[in-house]
Amino acid sequence: MKLPDLAELAVRNLRESVLRNSLTTIGISVGVASLVAMLSLGIGLQQLASRRLMKSGLFDTVVVTSRRDLRNFNRDQERSGPAPGESRVLDEPTRQEIEHMPNVLEADPDIRFITELRYEDKPHLTMVAALPSSAQSTDAFDALQGHFFSSDTASEVVIQKTFAEELLGKTPNSGVDETNVAVLAAPLLGKELTMRYAQRATAQPGASGAASDNASSDQDLASAAYSVVSREIKLKIVGVADLDPESMRGPTRARVFLPLKLAESLHVMQPTDLREISRAASDQPVYSSVNVRVKNPSQVQTVEDAIKKMGFNTFSILDASRSIQQFFKVLDVFLGIFGSLALAVAFIGIVNTLVMAILERRREIGIMKAIGASDGDVKRLFFAEAGAMGILGGIVGVALGWAIGQAINLGTNVYLKRQSFPPEHFWSVPWWLVAFAIVFSFVVSLAAGLYPAGRAARLDPVQALRYE
Amino acid sequence: MSSASNSQQNQIPAIRAEHLCRHYRMGETVIRAVDGVTLEVRAGEFVALLGSSGSGKSSVLNLIAGLDRPTFGKVIVHDRNLAQLSREELARYRLHTVGMVFQSFNLIPTMNVVENVELPMRFAEIERGRRDSLAREALARVGLQTRMNHRPSELSGGEQQRAALARALINRPQLLLADEPTGNLDSHTGTEIMNMVREFNQQLGMTVVMVTHERALAERYAERLIFLADGKLVSGDANPAFASSGRTEQQRG
Repeated sequence: MKLPDLAELAVRNLRESVLRNSLTTIGISVGVASLVAMLSLGIGLQQLASRRLMKSGLFDTVVVTSRRDLRNFNRDQERSGPAPGESRVLDEPTRQEIEHMPNVLEADPDIRFITELRYEDKPHLTMVAALPSSAQSTDAFDALQGHFFSSDTASEVVIQKTFAEELLGKTPNSGVDETNVAVLAAPLLGKELTMRYAQRATAQPGASGAASDNASSDQDLASAAYSVVSREIKLKIVGVADLDPESMRGPTRARVFLPLKLAESLHVMQPTDLREISRAASDQPVYSSVNVRVKNPSQVQTVEDAIKKMGFNTFSILDASRSIQQFFKVLDVFLGIFGSLALAVAFIGIVNTLVMAILERRREIGIMKAIGASDGDVKRLFFAEAGAMGILGGIVGVALGWAIGQAINLGTNVYLKRQSFPPEHFWSVPWWLVAFAIVFSFVVSLAAGLYPAGRAARLDPVQALRYE
Repeated sequence: MSSASNSQQNQIPAIRAEHLCRHYRMGETVIRAVDGVTLEVRAGEFVALLGSSGSGKSSVLNLIAGLDRPTFGKVIVHDRNLAQLSREELARYRLHTVGMVFQSFNLIPTMNVVENVELPMRFAEIERGRRDSLAREALARVGLQTRMNHRPSELSGGEQQRAALARALINRPQLLLADEPTGNLDSHTGTEIMNMVREFNQQLGMTVVMVTHERALAERYAERLIFLADGKLVSGDANPAFASSGRTEQQRG
């Protein structure tokens, strides 16, 4: 029998016992709906998590450290490659080399130091970190009061909320911080801070302080000396950031932020300067770590590998997120299994319906065989009926699953709003899931039709016709 | 029997059964529904299979129809031994070579008359447009053109049997096998149906094998009467009444 005839006969047979077949189809829909609901929850949660991580600005970041930096000494992952003493130094030319690698947007030195800041003649000791201008697009500065640095060299600072509290003499509340950032920011914006810092100055007369472009580095013993000069700079508070100082982001651990270029020009004494005695004479700054921003998170791995080949240690959030991705895969599998349970019940429902249909239509099968239907015709007819129920159930099920998802999304957002959290979209039904669910439902239904169709095909026409 | 086959030696046999047996096992006992039947039907012949209930006449018909397979022996229809055909080949044989009508009409109740008549053509994969015109033609032939869109339950017994006849003819088979075709009909309607069967036999040249237990009916229409009892052939002679009454009947009709 041809396919259109088969489909037509199947649909008409399904219509003949509408109630039973609709109930079976509803069973399939519920199964598909639960599968779609479970999987879209898994996908939605995964998207939510990666959206958040992506916005954190660290998903596309590779942190490069020198092997000479013994911070990573106990990590066993970097056993290969040169020993710490022989590896390269992470200095300015290297930074530029990394910056010019393909797929790299920028490579910024990680400058941070602990120093004293004076506000209204009271000293405050805290960690200061440099931020590139690209940092303002990350979610760390979502709730910034005031504004970000006007330029990369401006004598301006952005301070942390907790530091603002300290400046204003308020005791930071442990636990839930109720203080509004805007309230804290109002008296501070536009005020001046005086930062005292230790400047590293080469001992060559006249060269102290200024950044020299002179690349020649005499390994002369006489020049292998530098002095530390105490300096002061006045900085204007332009912004107060509301971010969690205990968050995973490195730079945000600091409570005061400087524009990157300004920080570089200050030549603040870095801990590495003490370690790298042999290179102390060089005018080229040496960094303890460089943050590399990659164009696309998918290229993080290749960039990381390339930098590793240069002989540096690297770390990216991708390493950490790999286990998160694994977690979501496992979650998806579990949700899928739970969702499929309902479909398994529907599977049995289809088998039952079709076996009942064979008993009921025994005579009809006998007649069809008597007038020339082959075993294959009968088998295909029952398959077509199972398949039609599967496709219909799949379509209705996807719609149902989508509706359930929307309802739960809505409900949870109402709850989140009450708890004064921003609304989130953690329910996602991608197109491939819709297609997959319908195809899966079709395949499951065909599988369910396997036994009944085979049984109908084998029916003995003589006995079937005798049966009244 | 031997005299019959001798006198028709020059005729082509459409159906030849040799030592045909169909045994059923029911628990410990073996039921010999058909037990060593040998017979021949010429192409274009109208034969009646007669016998009481349980004589095995319907079982013989089912074996000829390819609905059942013999336990022993052969059924050869147009030089094909049905016992050797695969299930698929047997289905094609039923589709193209055989048309069947039954006592209980056996129309599919969920389909209307045209759809019932069209059904064998669906199995034969004939295209839709042609199917429709052929079905209408066949229904016109049995005088049902006005009831085409009715379901079987809305038709009288005679109309149902006419629809069944149209369905049996639709793939232009060479054999028409009828199992008690008038058993559920009153005598007037039965006569109508039988006249149609005879018309197909004489005008389309179809070989007709009819199972009946009404001897009068058989004598009136069949060229030859084959009697069965307990699964065995009793006699298979030419119908002595046919030569006179059969012809006069035809002249009158």
